[in-house]
Amino acid sequence: MQLNTLSQLAIYSLIVGFIITFVVITGFAYTTLLERKLLARLQHRVGPNRAGYIPIPSRNGKERRILGGFMQPAADAVKLFFKEDMTPMMVDKWVYFLAPIITVMPAIFILAVIPWAGNVPYITPENRDYFAIAPGINVGVLFILAITSISVYGVVLAGWSSNSKYAVLGGIRASAQMISYELAMGLTVLVPIMLANSMDLGEIVAAQKGMWYLFLQPIAALVFWIAALAELQRAPFDLLEAEQELSAGFTVEYSSMRFGMFFLAEYMKMIVFCALFAVFFLGGYRGPFVDQVPALGFLYTGLKIFLGLCVMIWIRASLPRFRYDQLMSFGWKVLLPLSVLNFMIVAVMIVLVEEGVFAF
Amino acid sequence: MIGEIIKGLGTTLKHLFQPPVTIQYPEVKRPVRYRFKGRHELKRYDNGLEKCIGCALCAAACPADAIFVEASENTDEERYSPGERYASTYEINMLRCIFCGYCEDACPTEAIVLESNYELSFYDRASSIYTKEMLIVDVPVNGKPTPQQVEPGQFNRSIPDMADPK
Repeated sequence: MQLNTLSQLAIYSLIVGFIITFVVITGFAYTTLLERKLLARLQHRVGPNRAGYIPIPSRNGKERRILGGFMQPAADAVKLFFKEDMTPMMVDKWVYFLAPIITVMPAIFILAVIPWAGNVPYITPENRDYFAIAPGINVGVLFILAITSISVYGVVLAGWSSNSKYAVLGGIRASAQMISYELAMGLTVLVPIMLANSMDLGEIVAAQKGMWYLFLQPIAALVFWIAALAELQRAPFDLLEAEQELSAGFTVEYSSMRFGMFFLAEYMKMIVFCALFAVFFLGGYRGPFVDQVPALGFLYTGLKIFLGLCVMIWIRASLPRFRYDQLMSFGWKVLLPLSVLNFMIVAVMIVLVEEGVFAF
Repeated sequence: MIGEIIKGLGTTLKHLFQPPVTIQYPEVKRPVRYRFKGRHELKRYDNGLEKCIGCALCAAACPADAIFVEASENTDEERYSPGERYASTYEINMLRCIFCGYCEDACPTEAIVLESNYELSFYDRASSIYTKEMLIVDVPVNGKPTPQQVEPGQFNRSIPDMADPK
């Protein structure tokens, strides 16, 4: 596609951004269904199977039902929209209204730099190397780290403005947790940056042509995954919404779609972090035959995100929740030193390889 | 620690491939246990006569005072049950009933039995009163519906000599 002027590029990005955001929001809806279904199967249950099914008449007159529950997200959405939107007394109104929006926006912002596919003919602009909303941001990783930090604000403000002790405690826990694990994650993200010698996510993906960084740097991948789980407040790090202690953490005073927005942010960030994990360690959109048919990149990205989500749900079904002091000591005493050590070893190794001490 | 985590993940993964134990309730019903105490049923003899003789011992035994029985006279032209009397009104208030089964124990003719139906839901309090028509079982295949016209002297005893009078 020929795009010459800046305004043409801007309109193009706007359209692509709209489509991707829409697709990912639909993906969010079906991620909730995936979570409920998979979690149910891991616990010998069936999961939601009533809202929407495809009846298949079989020979003995008894109809078989497949894809049971595929309309469940729509039912949930309708339910959330039609619930009463309550504002508790004595809340800080402006902050209370803004907090869900501040939480959702970073999750959507990160979508801008994720490379979804390679240079697909007809849809990728000609002077760009890969397909994304904002292709070719040369500080993509920095952008991601900056944006993920913003999402802490939404959580803290929601907790603070709710005028509830549970919400405040949940917000404080969340902020402390996110700040602690962001450090380890930032140091881990340096490893792919150094290996690819670029902060451009497209180039990080391109550098994994020979071998995924997962196999080159399993420790970095593991630390990134754990830090991402903590960053997402997923089990086993979901102690800011520990039901037994805090009822629902910072979302306790929110209802209706305003609660739905926190929900949306959580699952959007799950998708986004799975995409980032794919980009940093699983070769992004790269896969078999992707050089011949670049459009396959969408499929591979989607597949890797799906796998990541499944693993997250699997972990949630398996591991018990951390205690707060365990969480902190694990973050600061295990993950942070491990990532620093790993980062230093990788740096030294890269210099040694470049100097020709090792052949690689 | 990592070994245990991997072990735990392996356990859950193993369970992913086992069939779910859920019973899809409205379509598939789980059979109740042999001694389950569900909704009462008023039984009949094989010839169609009602077992209940309207003695109201069940109402007397009921700790929740849920049962109301009113008896009327049997005649050989219009016979509902063996013996002198039958229950012309038999009502159980299902909101009061505690499903203890004392009525079952008190019944001299084994007419009232707590059976397996547990789907007792209604929209208003008036519907909680289950009448005799709702409680009584269907007429058996070879039996005749009540009231029956019978030969005099055949069903003089309230508790028949045989287990199942023909």
